[in-house]
Amino acid sequence: MDTGASQAEDTPLTLAGRIFNSRLIIGTGKYKTYKQNARALAVSGAEIITVAVRRVNLSDVSQPRLVAFIDPDSVTFLPNPAACFTGEDAVRTLRLAREAGGWDMVKLEVLSDPRHLYPDMIETLRATEMLVKDGFDVMVYCSDDPVYARRLEEAGACAIMPLGAPIGSGLGIQNPVNIRLIVEGANVPVIVDAGVGTASDAAVGMELGCDGILMNTAIAQAQDPICMARAMKHAVIAGRNAYLAGRMAKKRYADPSSPLAGLI
Amino acid sequence: MTRIDISLNGKPHQIESGLTVDALLQQLELDPRKVAVERNLEITPRSDYGAVQIKAGDQLEIVHFVGGG
Repeated sequence: MDTGASQAEDTPLTLAGRIFNSRLIIGTGKYKTYKQNARALAVSGAEIITVAVRRVNLSDVSQPRLVAFIDPDSVTFLPNPAACFTGEDAVRTLRLAREAGGWDMVKLEVLSDPRHLYPDMIETLRATEMLVKDGFDVMVYCSDDPVYARRLEEAGACAIMPLGAPIGSGLGIQNPVNIRLIVEGANVPVIVDAGVGTASDAAVGMELGCDGILMNTAIAQAQDPICMARAMKHAVIAGRNAYLAGRMAKKRYADPSSPLAGLI
Repeated sequence: MTRIDISLNGKPHQIESGLTVDALLQQLELDPRKVAVERNLEITPRSDYGAVQIKAGDQLEIVHFVGGG
């Protein structure tokens, strides 16, 4: 019986047993100020932000601090080693992050070549194993390779995060076929991490069945980051609903929406 | 007062001998709850800051969270 109600029901994003109502994760780099960043965060509705771990600038300790603008008690900080090129460096940095923050969920990112910032997947897999052994919940930035995605899941990753396009490029999802294959094969959340440039890119990722989108530059470097944060919030929700709804089949020819019967 | 040479965040640095990690953070005006400290490639747990004395030649790294992707 058709009750007219929506049949599609969603469950919230669950990462390592933690429940999140927003499927958008935003970064904290490249904003003009931390204040602007905090405002974008509020507008985006995101509940998780990525943060980097760096040496304290001891020559000027009065510099603005991220934690003065975004409260780690109300938003989940997801530490990212960032700019590490070996598994050991990434693990060392994330251990410090755990000590600084006091929580176990981290983003692993082991890079290869500064020109494209693709992940070094051999190092990434090795570092995932080390971190899982050490009790971390590891969300892994990875290539859009369904085989490696499976290997990462077997190694204990709590989320698979394939790139949509090179970090900071804003080119949109370059290989939707692979993203879909990863989604279909995964038993842990799949989150597109990197490559989104505008709202439609985020919607495309969600329509492919991804569990979330992680983005930084698309919001931070928009002409109006606050407005783009709002756009991304709606794009992720729209894409998710479109995925749950199940899109119509594509047809090769036109099919009129109005009945032909009764035409005068 | 005797001073000792250490490496602090990759740079040579002189401190008074006998300082604990906790005392050094105080001198640097850093909130111990908002940083993590690595000493000679080993993390110093926050609960040990008051007990761990910094020795000549120690390599210290003090890190915190900054904006990133």
